[in-house]
Amino acid sequence: MTLGHSASGSARRRLSGTDRQSRAGIAFVAAYVLLLIAFGILPTGYAVYFAFTDAGGTFTGFSNFVTTAQDFRFMDAVGHVALYLLFWLVSLVVFVVSLALLLHRLASGSLSRSLRFLFYIPGALAGAASVLVWLFMLDPTVSPVSSLLGTLGFDTFGEVIAPGNLPLLFTVIAFWTGAGGWIVVIYGALNNIPTDVMEAARIDGAGAWQTAWHIQIPMLRKWIVYMVILAFAGGAQLFVEPQLLSLASVGVAGRDYSLNQLTYDFAFQMNNVNGAAAVSVELLVVSVSAAAVFVARSGFFDAD
Amino acid sequence: MTVNQSSSSPKRALGRKRAASLAGCAVTVLLTVTACGGGTAGKTTKDGFAQAPQKDGALTVWVDATRMDAAKLYQQLHPEVKLDIVSYDGNANGSNYLQTKVQLFNRTGKGWPDVVFSSQNNETSWAVDAGFAAPLNKGLISESTLGKFAKGANDVCTVDGTVYCLRNDLSQAVLWYNAPLMKKFGYTVPTTWEEYQKLGTKVAKEHPGYLVGDAGDSFTPEIYLWASKCGANHITGPKSVSVNTTSENCTRMATLLDVLIKNKSMSISGVFSTDFGKNKADKILLMPGPAWYGGAVFKDTLKVPAQQIGAAPMPQWQGDDAPSTGNVGGGTWLLSQHSTHLKAATDFLKWVTTDNAYQAEKSPGFPAYAPAAEAWLKQQDASGYFAGDLSALSAAASQVWPEWGSGQFSQEAIWAATVKPGLTQGKSIVSMLPAWQDSIVKHAKSNGYKVEQ
Repeated sequence: MTLGHSASGSARRRLSGTDRQSRAGIAFVAAYVLLLIAFGILPTGYAVYFAFTDAGGTFTGFSNFVTTAQDFRFMDAVGHVALYLLFWLVSLVVFVVSLALLLHRLASGSLSRSLRFLFYIPGALAGAASVLVWLFMLDPTVSPVSSLLGTLGFDTFGEVIAPGNLPLLFTVIAFWTGAGGWIVVIYGALNNIPTDVMEAARIDGAGAWQTAWHIQIPMLRKWIVYMVILAFAGGAQLFVEPQLLSLASVGVAGRDYSLNQLTYDFAFQMNNVNGAAAVSVELLVVSVSAAAVFVARSGFFDAD
Repeated sequence: MTVNQSSSSPKRALGRKRAASLAGCAVTVLLTVTACGGGTAGKTTKDGFAQAPQKDGALTVWVDATRMDAAKLYQQLHPEVKLDIVSYDGNANGSNYLQTKVQLFNRTGKGWPDVVFSSQNNETSWAVDAGFAAPLNKGLISESTLGKFAKGANDVCTVDGTVYCLRNDLSQAVLWYNAPLMKKFGYTVPTTWEEYQKLGTKVAKEHPGYLVGDAGDSFTPEIYLWASKCGANHITGPKSVSVNTTSENCTRMATLLDVLIKNKSMSISGVFSTDFGKNKADKILLMPGPAWYGGAVFKDTLKVPAQQIGAAPMPQWQGDDAPSTGNVGGGTWLLSQHSTHLKAATDFLKWVTTDNAYQAEKSPGFPAYAPAAEAWLKQQDASGYFAGDLSALSAAASQVWPEWGSGQFSQEAIWAATVKPGLTQGKSIVSMLPAWQDSIVKHAKSNGYKVEQ
């Protein structure tokens, strides 16, 4: 995807360096392909093999899929993940795009730079660590914002993590940890919009809203689609947030909440690795199909 | 990785770099593939199982935070033993960490701890099938040692007559109370549940804020409903369970809890919650709870001063013929079949479960090994922490109602996920009993249990 940009180098450099560049390109791609095979394609193939066989390695058709779908936690987990994805994707698109636009509006002052840094910081924390930060934030007895939680009517950790609040809580945590990086990416994309286009819009009398709605957002479309595809795949694999919450709340909330937690249960507690593989293959199919729909509808791979 | 700075032509350097990265990746792939194979070669059958070739090296011991003291003490007393102490959550609240890890180690063919402590006593329900727990009464531990454990203590470790783990402590529930506070308020320790409920109602009126118990932990059903002989978890065979949570034995206790929760003389925070430690630690008048509450909760977590906490027998229902109580965990020690240091592992296991140096003098819970338990009681009296003696614990040791078992599914996890959120929202326990039953049945079935209702 980013290969297109590198082609815009100067003609002279390209002539003298074609040979070296293509070799370097092959080297980089080869290393990537090897890693992709070792850690992406082979494990996926292994999972697919597991999904259609039993513990003894005999082909069993779809029986693993049927057994896992009949588990009493399966439909609940599907519902939880679907609701979470809805919250997470909508909030991601709306807030990331508007914050990036806002950042861009502020131009290149030091305010913009410090804001960019600020947005990015939470993303620098590893996933589990940032979830732990939130576990403290959400416990009224130790939270630095306990008065805020109190105003909202939450006096104990148990009240905060009531089942109905979970999709929202996970969305807030995921947004806090993941959105910063995307704001920076979208901001970079905004800077790539040619200045003559922006100037033309200004001369035609377009205000901030009109520029954003009719010029910037349409030109960001591919970036937004890219973000949605990755966020969808990541969100469908929801695991760390509910798993840590379940440990912190000694099992009150978040246990067997998401499909990925269910695969973990199948694999390690019920000793049914094949069932676990079946659920993860389902997740893969859903994520790939969603990505395919987004790519097809947005003309993601069309040349500009 | 290995950039050759002295290389003259950039082209050659690039070629080498690529070769290096290719080689690196190939190695990675190979490692990934070979890591999947686990060997069974070179095993000899002894002590009732196939033993791996024995080697020198560090003994790996997994313990929870509380048992860390035991491992450290062993190291101190046996400086010649190379010990690798690993701290983990002890599988508390049914976290299943140990099982998860063992399943992974079984796949990779290495990594098992030699000796491991678990705060749960249902480990044999999976650890035997997983080929992890070593049989202990086939040569490793002598019959005379096994015979000195309290009666029934190792039942949870026994599958078809073979003992697969040793019980660390008994966790029979008793009624803990704050002696000076009871005296100050002019109350007497209740002996029946009817009196207990009356007292709770009285406390709510006369001294609001003070507590006669807590029902907010995941092991709440094991304290109250087990003691009330509620048949929620009757394991009737290796893979069969009988579940009935709506019998009179269950509803009478659930009703009592509902009344006291409603008048706030029973908290629903859980004794280990930050909220309890901060706001309720000094409001405890009575507290039904397991033997280890004395050390682990009152002394270490809540820092209640000495000479305040005493132990009385668990209340009984009026008209019940025999006393009955519940049990909350009581850890177990398992020895790995895969250990390559069996002698050192057995020595550690034997020491940690039976030696007075730990069990009598340092253990926060009531030792399962009877001679150590006697010494422990003397030690507790001598330490002067408790108000009065702890003879209630000895009596309760044999009064645990036997019809509540240890299945593969975690009752604590089920209660936490099914009943606790409703409690927080103000629902009554009685109204949630059917949902509780439903959840137990579903979990039991998904673990392959035959369920009778």
